[in-house]
Amino acid sequence: MSAISVRAVAGALLRAQGRGAWRTLSASAAPQQTLRSQTEKHEGLFKVTMLPGDGVGPELMHSVKEVFKAAGVPVEFDEHHLSEVQNMASEEKLDEVVDSMKESKVAIIGKIHTPMEYKGELASYDMRLRRKLDLFANVVHVNSLPGFKTRHNNLDLVIIREQTEGEYSSLEHESVKGVIECLKIITRDKSQRIAKFAFDYATKKGRSKVTAVHKANIMKLGDGLFLQCCEEVAELYPKIKFDTMIIDNCCMQLVQNPHQFDVLVMPNLYGNIIDNLAAGLVGGAGVVPGESYSAEYAVFEMGARHPFAQAVGRNIANPTAMLLSAANMLRHLNLEYHSNVISDAVKRVIKVGKVRTRDMGGYSTTSDFIKSVTDNLHPHYGV
Amino acid sequence: MIPGDGIGPELMLHVKEVFRQACIPVDFEEVRVSSQLAEDDIQNAIMAIRRNRVALKGNIETNHNLPPSHKSRNNILRTSLDLYANVIHCQSLPRVLTRHRDIDILIVRENTEGEYSSLEHESVSGVVECLKIITKARSLRIADYAFRLAREAGRAKVTAVHKANIMKLGDGLFLQCCREVAGGYPEITFESMIVDNTTMQLVSRPQQFDVMVMPNLYGNIVNNVCAGLVGGPGLVPGANYGRDFAVFETATRNTGKSIAQKNVANPTATLLAACMMLDHLRLHSFATTIRQAVLASLDDEATHTPDIGGQGTTSGAVQSILRHVRTASGWSQCS
Repeated sequence: MSAISVRAVAGALLRAQGRGAWRTLSASAAPQQTLRSQTEKHEGLFKVTMLPGDGVGPELMHSVKEVFKAAGVPVEFDEHHLSEVQNMASEEKLDEVVDSMKESKVAIIGKIHTPMEYKGELASYDMRLRRKLDLFANVVHVNSLPGFKTRHNNLDLVIIREQTEGEYSSLEHESVKGVIECLKIITRDKSQRIAKFAFDYATKKGRSKVTAVHKANIMKLGDGLFLQCCEEVAELYPKIKFDTMIIDNCCMQLVQNPHQFDVLVMPNLYGNIIDNLAAGLVGGAGVVPGESYSAEYAVFEMGARHPFAQAVGRNIANPTAMLLSAANMLRHLNLEYHSNVISDAVKRVIKVGKVRTRDMGGYSTTSDFIKSVTDNLHPHYGV
Repeated sequence: MIPGDGIGPELMLHVKEVFRQACIPVDFEEVRVSSQLAEDDIQNAIMAIRRNRVALKGNIETNHNLPPSHKSRNNILRTSLDLYANVIHCQSLPRVLTRHRDIDILIVRENTEGEYSSLEHESVSGVVECLKIITKARSLRIADYAFRLAREAGRAKVTAVHKANIMKLGDGLFLQCCREVAGGYPEITFESMIVDNTTMQLVSRPQQFDVMVMPNLYGNIVNNVCAGLVGGPGLVPGANYGRDFAVFETATRNTGKSIAQKNVANPTATLLAACMMLDHLRLHSFATTIRQAVLASLDDEATHTPDIGGQGTTSGAVQSILRHVRTASGWSQCS
């Protein structure tokens, strides 16, 4: 036994040495290139896939780039365009994005708009991307922004949503003429996975309570299974309180008394609704960042995904959510410093309250907001 | 009358009391249904509604720990009587402090199909499929109902709520049916909105909505959001209409088990539901008397129950309503 393991370790060492030798060899062959790659290594230039999406997505991405440039963030974007409304979607494009993701592991994306017309393809590209990358967990941290008064203040709750199965299975058929059946799929594996994710998240972030949202009084088997999985997982985390709530009641409680919630975990469609509802509570789609995780990849996006197409080209979109999401991405890349610089700047601009876009009750444009954020990136330099 | 579970029975007692004091010519036949017992109960209740055609109902608890063969009693009642349209009227009430003002929304919800089909099966172990059924006939029926209601109530706009970007066939069909019907009502503006965006709009600018129409589950969610916006489950009445029958209840269909028997439940929703019932029975003058008494008694903050921030009790609130009923009608006693 021990002899074998010793041999294995020795083999690994040998291989490692071999790789090192190869690297020095290539360095001597092309010194200039290595020099550059070494400086990149030194600064840690990160590659991130960027998918601007539709609607105001490209404008928001532009603002992210502006701010990154001003803050000197060592991130390089690999930009791809995928859009169903502009006929720019195809299998190849999707594969390209997936390939790029395989390399970068991290992406920042806007909403890829899904047209409602049925053209023989039930699954939207947005959904297919999620499925290909197996982005099973969507996390939206709804947090009131200090200085921006909404109807509920000091909110701090996390919504975790399963986003690969459930109502979004894209399985529909017309059994009899005029009668359509849509399938909602709930599986034990995926329910357990999301429940575990939620409890792990709660443990990691020091949260005290997880609430499972369901409709098991009506969908006794499907949502019942989800609930059962959550209960099973909850038993393994005795330090975290667990309770359950029916979706309709949960919506009402959110509107009336949202402070009672901490972490919420739920299947797909309910998550979609609760995300939006909760985003509405703290000021709308423009201010809440979101993120999706799979075992390997992380995608950063808006908390409430809307293309907001009526605002295209009018320079009025609120870049707050996208910038906060980008800051979260930097934190994920371990660029703690840059992440703080950007999120602090955004929060400072909002707290001062002089520059606000229209959805926050101000009159400023997107570019005014960006200017103000970049001015606030290094406030201490001027002092 | 079906008292139901939780706070239902006590509220029904108050309704009876108010009806007696106001001399309303309505006799209640009381049928008890409980979730624990066998199917006979609910069949009895359905028979009674078939006899009387109108019912006032508290919600019946659905215990989701029971085996899957056990269907929700409320659901059985609605589907077997074909109560296809659930209508709730969310309106801001005077003197009830909420975060939004001037809300006045009619919500029409399809009540018999969609996600509530109770068709589920485990195809492979650990994989459950739930069927959501949308049919053309029923979508047309509910859309037509919504537009007729909008016309009768003199409303200007109908909003269809859906998720057709994901469920392109199912919700797509619903949306298409709504569009077809909308063509027949040129004076009413028609628009559509995706359910997630709707909930966001509701919590940020609820005043933009007028009449809303939607499939079953979204209706459930939107009903609760709206009820929350105007002050909670204790304030909003709801009605379920079929072709022949009508059942009146509170909008959000909670049982309120935690506050049962504590004399703190808000009687407003149940009493307003009773008013809707009286309207349905064409006893308009009685309905108006009670409705005004209920609204007038909300002016007195001393009788507000805890759910709307007061310290009053159920019986206190009912006493105040009764006082208003007496002064309004000028009767000292039933003759």
